[in-house]
Amino acid sequence: MKILVCISNVPDTTSKINFTDGDTKFDTNGVQFVINPNDEFGLTRAMWFKEKQGASVHVVTVGTAAVEPTIRKALAIGADEAIRVNAEPTDGYFVAQQLAEVIKNGEYDLVIAGRESIDYNGGMVPGILATLLDMNFVNTCISLEIDGETVTAMREIDGGKEKIETSLPLVIGGQKGLVEESDLRIPNMRGIMMARKKALNVVEPITADKATEDAKFEKPAPKGAVKLVDSVDALVDLLHNEAKVI
Amino acid sequence: MSVIVYTESENGKLKKNAFEVASYASEVAKQMGTSVTAIAINASDVDELGNYGVTKALNVSDESLKIFNAKAYANTISQAVEKEGGKILIVSSSTDTKFMAPIVTAKLKAGYVPNVVAAPENASPFTVKRTAFSNKGFAHTEIKSDMKIIGVSNNAFGVHENKVDVAVEDFNASISDSDFSTKSVEIDKVVGKATIADADIVVSGGRGLKGPENWGMVEELADVLGAATACSKPVSDLGWRPHGEHVGQTGKPVASNLYIAIGISGAIQHLAGVSSSKTKVVINTDAEAPFFKAADYGIVGDAFEVVPQLIEKLKELKAQNA
Repeated sequence: MKILVCISNVPDTTSKINFTDGDTKFDTNGVQFVINPNDEFGLTRAMWFKEKQGASVHVVTVGTAAVEPTIRKALAIGADEAIRVNAEPTDGYFVAQQLAEVIKNGEYDLVIAGRESIDYNGGMVPGILATLLDMNFVNTCISLEIDGETVTAMREIDGGKEKIETSLPLVIGGQKGLVEESDLRIPNMRGIMMARKKALNVVEPITADKATEDAKFEKPAPKGAVKLVDSVDALVDLLHNEAKVI
Repeated sequence: MSVIVYTESENGKLKKNAFEVASYASEVAKQMGTSVTAIAINASDVDELGNYGVTKALNVSDESLKIFNAKAYANTISQAVEKEGGKILIVSSSTDTKFMAPIVTAKLKAGYVPNVVAAPENASPFTVKRTAFSNKGFAHTEIKSDMKIIGVSNNAFGVHENKVDVAVEDFNASISDSDFSTKSVEIDKVVGKATIADADIVVSGGRGLKGPENWGMVEELADVLGAATACSKPVSDLGWRPHGEHVGQTGKPVASNLYIAIGISGAIQHLAGVSSSKTKVVINTDAEAPFFKAADYGIVGDAFEVVPQLIEKLKELKAQNA
């Protein structure tokens, strides 16, 4: 089985968010970039398939040379090869078209992407990708078992979960639950050394239109001070009469 | 050229978010000087959409679509949009719709903007405001494509009555076996309880509750309020509560009218996930907990004393207003 894990390079979850250039760009100053957490769950599940079922695992990202430390981390975790599409990942449709081209050329059985990136939160790349390639698609995937061509997946739904049966080739939008948090891997020294020898193939983007563009950003308005109360009576009164939410 | 809105239903009834997206579509139609056409799948109460500005409703009655299937639904909705010649499609932010909308996006070669929190601010370039960076910021996003899809954030726009006459038409799309290549074989869903996605009120617990055996009072408080229950990341990591209740940057976003955090200190990732909630209440023994800075109301106190009192007080209030 040949697996491709799509990696998005995102600010660490603890990052404070600021904007620059007249609020038209995300300010990367002092920000640590990491593998998108939803992708990291998928990468770890892919490593499981590699180790237990003999799959080969490639990783791909759409980004400039600045994202290479993040993709190298995926190689250090155990991916066999990496591909970087040399383009700014400007919008979801654009990114999905670039990834679709990589997948067409690589003939993957399983494509794992995060359900959404934690920076722009579009959540559209896996679905657009699957549709462009006419592959089966399961989103918000929280468990994945593959037996030959047969796939059993669990997906999160509002208020519960749903078991789905499908077949390869398949795209999933993965998330927490795909593996346990405690199973996520930190690259060790051997992995880091080996990653240096693994192929990181840079491919040029195909011509693709952007469907959307973030023209401007803003931060939420500063919050007023909390009203601290010392009794439940006072709290209920405020919620009922002031906030009018109960 | 109407504004098209997909109105979700469950067990034959339109969902609350259907009325919110219809209200949003009605506002967009007003801005564009046109009307609203809704598409509903296996809903028996489409007439109600007339209360929210929908003048035409395409009603799909199809047994094969009884259980949600993203590809088959996407195909149905795409065909409805094409039939109507629509250029703007409004959808909700439910998990099902977020599964389906990107498929419609690719089919219709559209620009899709999810997590939209306000009516379009400009028609040319067509610009909408949405949350980004997991609610730590907002983006003003231009949709450049001819076909536009807007995913409205839950509870962001609200439900606005605007009574008009609605003409209901049957609609049948051409769907084939290949649309059902993913098959639902089992659904495990809590029935009759509010879900985090569409609840007006969410009651959430953190490590301060000390163990899963203490969740009874969280559930009782949620019952009294008709609320959904949720939890912080450490609680789901510890296995005290299911992953599906984990609220935060890597869990579920919450955009409720009231969010009550019990024994949750307020890590930056948790605050990001709940910042779209309108009123936030914190109950915590630690007066220095970061959540107090992000909250509207707070009690510095022991959850095991405060929550039972709160339950009693709310029961009294409920009885008075009954």
